[in-house]
Amino acid sequence: MIGNMEKQNTIFKDNLFTRLFWPLMALGLLLVFNLICTQGFFHIEVRDGHFYGTLLDILNHGSKVMVLAIGMTLVIATKGVDLSVGAVMAVAGAVAALLVGQVEHGWIFCDGFTLGGLVPLLNAHQLSWFLPVIAALLVSLVAGFWNALLVAGFRIQPIVATLVLMVAGRGIAQLITDGQIITFTNTGLVYLGNGYFLRVPVSVWIAMGVFTVVAILVRKTALGLFIESVGNNETASFYAGIHSKTIKGLTYVICGLCAGVAGLIASSNIKCADSNNAGLYLELDAILAVVIGGTSLNGGRFFLAGSIAGAILIQTLTTTMYARDVSPHVAAVPKALVIIMVCLMQSETFRNRAAGIFKRSRKRAWSL
Amino acid sequence: MDILEAKNIVKSFPGVKALSGVDFSVRPGEVHALMGENGAGKSTLVKIITGVYRQDDGEIFFNGRSINPGSTREAEACGISTVYQEVNLLPEMSVAENICLGRQPKLFGLIHWSAVRKRAVAALKRLELDLDVSRNLAYYSIAVQQLIAIARALDIDCKLLILDEPTSSLDAKEVDELFTVLGKLRAQGMAIIFITHFLDQVYQISDRITILRDGSKVGTFETSTLARLEMVGKMIGKDPEQVRDMDKKRKLRTSAGRDFLRAEHTGRTGMLFPMDLNIRAGEIIGLAGLLGSGRSETARMLFGVDPPDSGKLIIDGKETVNSSPGKAVSHGIALTAEDRTATGIIPDLTIRENIVLALQARAGILKTYTIKEQHALADTFIKALGIKTPDADQLTKHLSGGNQQKVLLARWLAMNPKLFMLDEPTRGIDVGAKAEIEKVMAELCDKGMAMLFISSEMEEVTRTCDRVVVLRDRRKIGEIAGEQISIQSIMNMIAE
Amino acid sequence: MVIVKLLKLQTRYIPLLATASVFAILYSIGLASFSHFGSLRVFVNLLGDNAFLGIAAIGATFVILSGGIDLSVGSVIACTSILMATLLEKGWVPATVISMALLFGICFGAAMGCLIHCFALPAFLVTLAGMFFARGLGFIIHPQALGINHPFFLNTIGDNLAIRLPHGVEFPFTASCFVVALLVAMAIAHMTVFGRNVYAVGGNEQAAKLMGVRIGSAKLMIYTLAGFFSALAGVVFTFYMQSGNPASCVGLELDAIAAVVIGGTLLSGGVGYLAGTFLGILVLGLIQTLITFHGDLNTWWTKIVIGMLVLVFILLQNLVTTMTKKGIAQ
Repeated sequence: MIGNMEKQNTIFKDNLFTRLFWPLMALGLLLVFNLICTQGFFHIEVRDGHFYGTLLDILNHGSKVMVLAIGMTLVIATKGVDLSVGAVMAVAGAVAALLVGQVEHGWIFCDGFTLGGLVPLLNAHQLSWFLPVIAALLVSLVAGFWNALLVAGFRIQPIVATLVLMVAGRGIAQLITDGQIITFTNTGLVYLGNGYFLRVPVSVWIAMGVFTVVAILVRKTALGLFIESVGNNETASFYAGIHSKTIKGLTYVICGLCAGVAGLIASSNIKCADSNNAGLYLELDAILAVVIGGTSLNGGRFFLAGSIAGAILIQTLTTTMYARDVSPHVAAVPKALVIIMVCLMQSETFRNRAAGIFKRSRKRAWSL
Repeated sequence: MDILEAKNIVKSFPGVKALSGVDFSVRPGEVHALMGENGAGKSTLVKIITGVYRQDDGEIFFNGRSINPGSTREAEACGISTVYQEVNLLPEMSVAENICLGRQPKLFGLIHWSAVRKRAVAALKRLELDLDVSRNLAYYSIAVQQLIAIARALDIDCKLLILDEPTSSLDAKEVDELFTVLGKLRAQGMAIIFITHFLDQVYQISDRITILRDGSKVGTFETSTLARLEMVGKMIGKDPEQVRDMDKKRKLRTSAGRDFLRAEHTGRTGMLFPMDLNIRAGEIIGLAGLLGSGRSETARMLFGVDPPDSGKLIIDGKETVNSSPGKAVSHGIALTAEDRTATGIIPDLTIRENIVLALQARAGILKTYTIKEQHALADTFIKALGIKTPDADQLTKHLSGGNQQKVLLARWLAMNPKLFMLDEPTRGIDVGAKAEIEKVMAELCDKGMAMLFISSEMEEVTRTCDRVVVLRDRRKIGEIAGEQISIQSIMNMIAE
Repeated sequence: MVIVKLLKLQTRYIPLLATASVFAILYSIGLASFSHFGSLRVFVNLLGDNAFLGIAAIGATFVILSGGIDLSVGSVIACTSILMATLLEKGWVPATVISMALLFGICFGAAMGCLIHCFALPAFLVTLAGMFFARGLGFIIHPQALGINHPFFLNTIGDNLAIRLPHGVEFPFTASCFVVALLVAMAIAHMTVFGRNVYAVGGNEQAAKLMGVRIGSAKLMIYTLAGFFSALAGVVFTFYMQSGNPASCVGLELDAIAAVVIGGTLLSGGVGYLAGTFLGILVLGLIQTLITFHGDLNTWWTKIVIGMLVLVFILLQNLVTTMTKKGIAQ
């Protein structure tokens, strides 16, 4: 079958199928591995009124990266990257924790009548988590706009532009918390990261919610088409009349907002805002999830579901390691190998060489 | 004796025969112009001589010896140096470094900087240039950078200097300075190949002219004995007698409506000299001229990609500024640009998405077309233009060039533009499809659409246009209307 | 017009001047605000405390000059430090231990360079994987911090190899290592063909190729060199801390990149000086010292100030580039 170039690369051809195939395959292998070697990995029971089991842990712990990956997918689709999401998480968590304390102590008096008809139905205590959460999301929105301004407005390289907030953001978070770790007990805020709704963790619901909202936003409006167009060929999109600058900027705003949501979950998980460690290295996990999920770092077509799958794969890897009593630090090694494998599979140079070797060994088999 | 003799060079790429048996020779002490329109094969020929490609058949002799360079390094070792259109040097390094990179004189294994400076100064002296070699390259104008590039090329004992479109970014004075330098080099016995499309410059500096067309050599001529008209004819493949026979009686179209677009003295520094242009509703205007005369630039200027920085633009009676394609689109203007890979097709999107793109861009983010509507639209155009594809969900990058062009046309036809500008729309399309497209265009113009048509195929322009605007060397030199339109008249105007 | 002329004169040196000015301003603030700020001891400590970061930044400079990026620096430092501590505990000779550490760095860098060039993998992801790999490797070697008891490390380095200066100040060995490494690196960058190739590849890879530079071997060498400097930084770090710790230097690569950017090197490559990185390290160290002296200010201000400085320098770089381009167009 020595045909044209197309046939030569059938096995390693680049399309959605191959892009998702390998990560799903890896996930499947991991699950099979756990099925055989890890006791009770797939065991799910109902405890304390909610589902309980390792699979649930994976979804629960992975919810932060899932949310980050959703925003990051859009940014990467426009050929950019956002390194600041971890820092924005810390800032969001800090804002929420600080305000929740102040609201509870009555420092911020929320006038029930200023927020409209909804408010009289809620009492002051219930409201006390609402404002801090809104404030945290607003702050993360501002962070997103900041990145958008630098990248789309000033045309600064995305790595560089978001690096600024990555470094400064943690400092800002520590400024907000005054260097302390602020704990809170507000039931509303705690619920985000620790509660259960219909027996499933709230954080998973939030992740699914963000996914649904963004999916609707990009697939039910023309935004998804424009993002893919701008990422794939910015000049041609410009010639077609698309406001490429605005589209690019918008992705950073959405990414910032996702970082805010993830930050709220993160601080809620540990019931405090730890500016030093919140979201540390999570931006790298998010980028990894997006790349695994099939979206290329070169921009263009993006796959939100793929990013979710990628996030789950990463978390499964981590949890598998944990279940085998491997220290979470050592778990970084298999992570590194996964990154390299995924990159190689997506690299055309590698695929061509691999296909060449494969063909040669088949030819040899034939001639025997 | 010839310093370079290329005999019977043949080179093919998948699907395209770039050179079919071309002979080419250069003498020492001459400036030899190499000319040809798009697809003529001149860049392929040069790339073979300089080692970027290897020829499929044929031989190259340099100074009598047979050579077969496999890389630019090997070609340089023979004594062949090239200076490219985009000065391929390092702007942030000093002039001295740029000249000596890769051949820095060393002392005990470390770079001997004072020797580097001396060598750079000496290289520049050959061109009678006296510059501060410690300054960054970027400090100097493009014209000077080009001379520095030439100095670098000469530094390695070059015997054959190839200049690829060296004057595209230079103004008249800088061109004169460059030509003075070339003249001096020629007097020293240097052989120079000069690739250009500027007719005036060819007559100014070259001794001989070789014209290529469609992969074959049309001929080599002494510049002093080749009449301009004859040269233009050979470039586009029409000799004067042929042309007279071919100019048939043209069907006069019904007179057009009022002015849709009027450009008054619009120009853009560094791109186009100010020009007056008006386009009436229902009219087909052709932009004629040789490669590099500024046709695509004119279209880009009107479309807002490179907005004009002088003059006025009046559309539908109102003075406007097309600062971006989006703005131009909102006024009802469409453009299918020349380079469809860079500026047209979104390769990883499907045919349907590519067709719907401009329509959707105008509609905005919120108002979307349903999948059904999109498919209906795509199917209409697939049928109307004969796009060869199993369905509308194929990725556009897998289509042939001609079909990609059709997708682009479909995109803009879907917008029902008032002015449709087409830059080389039929390049790469088979004859049957060309006829289909022309029919569609004519129908739309009958309904009142104005059209600006750019093509290097003169017959197409003369056959379909009501008025032809002739460009040369980035300025408009005249218009030919109605009965006077013929290949002959266009050629005459260019050759003046 | 005069300003433009002046700027054109020094375009190459503007960022360097800017960094020097920032350093001068900060130092002046320090001199004005605190009584012992101007002492030799403070300056010497500045060099000694930041020596390992400085050496790491040297390696980062080469990578960034070529247009790449290296995220693995911090992890390699941690890995080499715990490697050294473990080998010393097993009774290996210091000379061998140090050689092993440097060899590890070289091999590690070469592996990353190979993946980046041979398979055209993005440097960002490959060095990210390298970061994870080295970090995990450190923990596999030994999961906790490990002190070093070898007399060479405790005495020789501390006392014998320190240079005695007036006023009873000692110039620590770590600082000497930094200065020597800096001088060698500067020689490489400005006096060797390889060094100039680094600038060429970063400035315009296409043009460099056409000018005959072998891009492949250059890139491989660059990442190998970066790996060497990361390992060297790890060695100096181990001298400084007198222990090995696999969990140390988290996020150090960012500080290294910040120092390089503040030092005037363009993140897109091709422009920059090692002297600039040296100044950048001093600026970073100065900020930390100022905040420590102040006592009241909290250390997180360091991060904010550094972030803002990086932004300012990036905007400055953009401005200079645009002005140069406009200058050419005219």
